[in-house]
Parts: sequence; structure tokens; C-alpha cells
Amino acid sequence: MRKVNLIKMKTGEKGVIAHIDGGTDLEKRLDVMGVRKEKTITKLSAFVMKGPVAIKSGRTVVALGHGMAAKIWINIIEK
Amino acid sequence: MDKHNRKIKKVALIGNPNVGKSVLFSRLTGVRVVVSNYPGTTVEFLEGKMAVGNEFVEVIDVPGTYSLEPSVPAEEVAIKMLDDADMIINVIDSTNLERNLYLTMELLETNHPMIIALNMHDELKHKGITIKEQDLEKLLKVKVIPTSGVTGFGIRELKQALSQAIPGKVKPRTHQQRWEHIGTVIDNVQKLTHRHHTFLEILEDASVNHWWGTVIAVGVIFACFKIVRFIGEGLINNVMEPLFNTVYQPLLVSLSKVLGGDGFLHNILIGKLSAGQIDFQQSMGILTTAPYVELVMVLPYVFSFYLLLSFLEDSGYIPRLALLLDNIMHKLGLHGFAIIPVLLGFGCNVPGIMATRVLESKRERFIASTLISIGVPCAALQAMIVGILGGYGGKYVLFVYGVLFIIWLFIGTAMNYFLKGYSPELFIEIPSYRLPSFRLLRKKIVLRISGFLVEAMPVVLGSVLVINLLQQVRVFEFVSSLFGPVLSFIFGLPKEAVWVLIIGLLRKDIAAGMLIPLGLSMKQLLIACIVLCISFPCIATFAIFLKELGLKRLIQATMIMLGITVVVGGSLNIILH
Repeated sequence: MRKVNLIKMKTGEKGVIAHIDGGTDLEKRLDVMGVRKEKTITKLSAFVMKGPVAIKSGRTVVALGHGMAAKIWINIIEK
Repeated sequence: MDKHNRKIKKVALIGNPNVGKSVLFSRLTGVRVVVSNYPGTTVEFLEGKMAVGNEFVEVIDVPGTYSLEPSVPAEEVAIKMLDDADMIINVIDSTNLERNLYLTMELLETNHPMIIALNMHDELKHKGITIKEQDLEKLLKVKVIPTSGVTGFGIRELKQALSQAIPGKVKPRTHQQRWEHIGTVIDNVQKLTHRHHTFLEILEDASVNHWWGTVIAVGVIFACFKIVRFIGEGLINNVMEPLFNTVYQPLLVSLSKVLGGDGFLHNILIGKLSAGQIDFQQSMGILTTAPYVELVMVLPYVFSFYLLLSFLEDSGYIPRLALLLDNIMHKLGLHGFAIIPVLLGFGCNVPGIMATRVLESKRERFIASTLISIGVPCAALQAMIVGILGGYGGKYVLFVYGVLFIIWLFIGTAMNYFLKGYSPELFIEIPSYRLPSFRLLRKKIVLRISGFLVEAMPVVLGSVLVINLLQQVRVFEFVSSLFGPVLSFIFGLPKEAVWVLIIGLLRKDIAAGMLIPLGLSMKQLLIACIVLCISFPCIATFAIFLKELGLKRLIQATMIMLGITVVVGGSLNIILH
């Protein structure tokens, strides 16, 4: 299984959240929105020049900054 | 109602952002509030009264929050307010039950008496979701009522159920334990049916995509400009202007005759006649120029702007725009979400600056508020700029917007560079698209337009009266010759333009209207319009800036305004031919 962070993950790929680095703050903020470890997500888009990343988890779509995205690690589900 | 419930005095509506709390609030209390399809519309709490049986209870609409452990200021407000409430209505977006239940779990742990409104129930069917409400009720041990704020479904049942509110009686749990419990609940009560993606869902994904999203955004922004112009101009030429000429003008002509065509009272009400005719644009009478500028030249644009803004807000497009513009906004020390206060500022700077509360840090709020006061002309001023310059060609209007945009980028970049601190990263939930409800749209536009008229009209009348009186007592010429030379030297404007800037403090639209009789060249008109935009905002904006950000920040912002006005106005005077 390939494990990458949200930046390296390709747009359109699906994966399962492995872990979230960088203190409890980001983890907590995502957690209360239902985006947490072992959840399946799809990457919807990424913007150039260290722009934000959009992901979909269940019915929730979240857009988050580049720095945050780099801290979220995903186990890719190969097609 | 039984004895226990007679004690209920304060009911708090609490839930995640963008689950329809404000629509429910408006349904329950009859208080009219602005609601939108993006998180954070309610940045301050709203109170209203609701009749329950023979009694009235107070209802508070709390800003949305995902959790009782706050991460932004708006969420802190929510949590403080919870302590004051005797009872909670937890509003849940049924189409996203799992995520919404996290806050519910926390609320159950607070032991406040509560009931749950399973809102947006009308959208479940076409999203292929079924929820067994009775089972949910059994598992959570509090009353669950399916509702739809938009259609009004379940509102009566919700009111009736208030008396059945009971505390959750749940012991505090960890994050993990809460999610485990939610998992069990979801497995038991929710069923998802697989179905093909609808057109709206395909559009949802496309509009956040970096390629398609950009193409769509460019199209949407271009279409918005075109539509605002089309509706605004259409209303002016086909409705307001004919109405004014055929109905109102004859009345004033008769009044002018009765008043003898001249004299103090005539000059105040109707103004000086030009060649025996009433000149609505220039005469500065409180019955002529004031209503003409406000109702014929400005109101149609304010209406078309708010029509479009409200449609965009309710559709759910704006958070997508925030995502797409995040990169640019970061260069200015903001993040994409700051587009919401900016867009509101294009209607009126006052709500724009208030809406900066959705931003996390004081630094961001200062940058955003300063940018709004300087580089974002309100709808009333824009209508006048289009009215004055548009006749000579669209390129002149475009020039003004172009200069404003460059100033905007410049100030933002500079503030980002010089102000201590950093700008937080974007973090927003992007809602599903919804087809705006006609009823809500109509209510919102009526609310905004009546708000505009109530706030603008007295100041407009007052400004015109002040100009009129000053013209009559000749203070006008005195002040003009005192400060005029400075203005002529820096901006190349005639000395009478001093008054345009002074009146601009009261009302920008009336001030812009004062440019018409000055007989300016195109160069002077362009400089005057730009200076009017970027120099001081109107007094109402100053007041809200002071209230929201304090005196020190206001003085700093004012210094920036003064500096940029002199530099830009002066440079244009040298560069333009």
C-alpha cells in the first residue's frame, strides 16, 4: 500500500486517512467535522503555488491550506 | 405545559455552521434575518420572541459551531451563549447526519434540556438517504423532530415538542468514545441508497476543481457584472426614469409655480431652475436631486446587486470562490474566506466590515477592513460612477476598477509585509449546491433594500439640505477658496471639488452627483471618481470600523487612506492626459 500526504496524493485518487501530524489542533478541528483516522476520502483538487487542497469525506467537502494538507497522511486505495 | 416547563425563558438554537439555524429562527420568531448558503452568516447572535401556548419565550440564534471546544471567535460566542440558555434546540443537517452528531454528543453531555430538529429533511429523498427518526430518538434519548426551515415542514411540531425537552444525562466522553457511539447510531438509523450522480453534484465537484473551477469562476464573475449592469440599466431606463418623468415631475412643476419659481423655500425644496426648467441632477433641492439620485440612479443598481449577491449566497457558490481565490488572497495577508466580507462590502462597506468577524485573527480583520474601506466602493457609489462615466464609454469605468484593483493589491501586499504576524491557512467546509428558494430570496432582498432605504434616505436628504444651505449662505465659496488651491495643485481638480470630498463623508453617491455640474474634463472626472473611492469612506463606515477594530487601528487605516489618496491622485494628475 502506498502512503503519501495530501499534497503528493493525486487529484481524483481515493484513500484512507492513516494519521495526522502537527499537534492536536488540526487533528481536533478535522475530527469534529468527521474527517478523522480511518475515514475514506477523495482528493478533489489542488492549487498551484502552494495553494489549498479540497477533499471529500462522506458528504463533507473541506478545503484546507497547503501547510495543513502536508500534515495529513493517506493510504492510497489502488483502483 | 407542565410546571417544569414554565421556567423556560431562553431557548438557544445551536448547530453546525450552515445547517439552516437562521431560517428556523426566522420561522419560529417571525424575526427577519439574513440567511445564506455558507458557513458563518450569523457572526453575532440574534434574539427573538416566540409564542408557546400563552407565553413568550426568548429564542437566540447562535453562530454555528462544530464543537464546544472553539477554534474561531464566532464559535467562542456560541459556547458562551449556551450557558445562558435554559433549553437547547440542536439543529442538525439531516443530509450529513454523522458529522452533525458530534456536536449533539457534546451537547448531551452538558445536561441542558434539549430537543433535536432534524433539519433539511426535504432534501433527504433526492440524496438517497433514509433516517429512522424513532430509532434515533430511542438511541439519543431526546425528542427528534424532522423539520425543513425552507418549506416550513415540522415547525409546529417543533414548537409543541419544546415542553418535552429533557437533559441528555450523558457522562463526559473522549473524542474516540463519542465517534464510536456515533458509529453505532448511524449503523442503526441511516440507510443510503446508491444512485447516479445528479447534474448538480457533477457541477459541485467541477467547481472546486483547479481547472474547471477557474473556468467556471471567470464565467460566473463576468456574467455577474453583465447581469448587474443589464438589470440596473434596464430598471433605470424602463421603470424609474419614465416613472419619475411622467408622475413625479409634473407635481414638482406645479409646486415650483406655486412657490413662485424662486426664493428661499423654493431653493431648498426644488433648487435653482436652469433655463426655467427643473434639473434633477444638478439643482440640489431636497425634493428633486435627493430622490432622483437615490431612487433613479442608485436604487436600481443596489437592487440588482443584492439580487445577484443573494442568489450566489443561497446557491452555495461563494465558498467555492473562496477556495479558488485563496492563492491571491494569501498574497494580501488574507485567505480565501475573506472574499465574503469583500463581496458584502461591494454592497455597503458597513456589513462588509462587520462580516470580517468570520476571519480568525485581528491582523486579518485589520487588513480586510482597511482594504474594504479603501478599495471596495459601495453599490451606491458604483452606480454613480457607472452613471457618470458609463455614458462616455465602458473603458472609463473599467479604468476606475482597474486602478482600484491595483491599489488593492498594493495595499494588501504592503500590509502583509509590514504587519507583524502571519495569515492563517484556509479552512472551510464547502456546502452542497442548493437551488435558492424564491421565498427566502424575496425576503432577503426586501430586508436588504428596506435596510438600504431606511439608512440612506435620511442621510441623503440631510446631505442635500446641507449643500443647499451652504450654497445659499455662500460658505461654499469661502471654504472652496481656502482649501481649493491645495486640491488643484495635487489632483488638478477645481476648487469646488473640496465639497465633493466633504460631502463624501456623509454620502458617497450624493458627493459623486456633485461632480456633474462642475463641468470637469475626462481626466478630472477619472481622478475625482478614484479619489472619492479611496479617500475617506463615509461616516457610517468610520463608525463601524471604530466599533469593530478600535481607535488605534482606525487612525492607522486613516493614515493609509490619506497617503494612498495623495500618491495615487497626484500620480494620475501627472500621468493622465
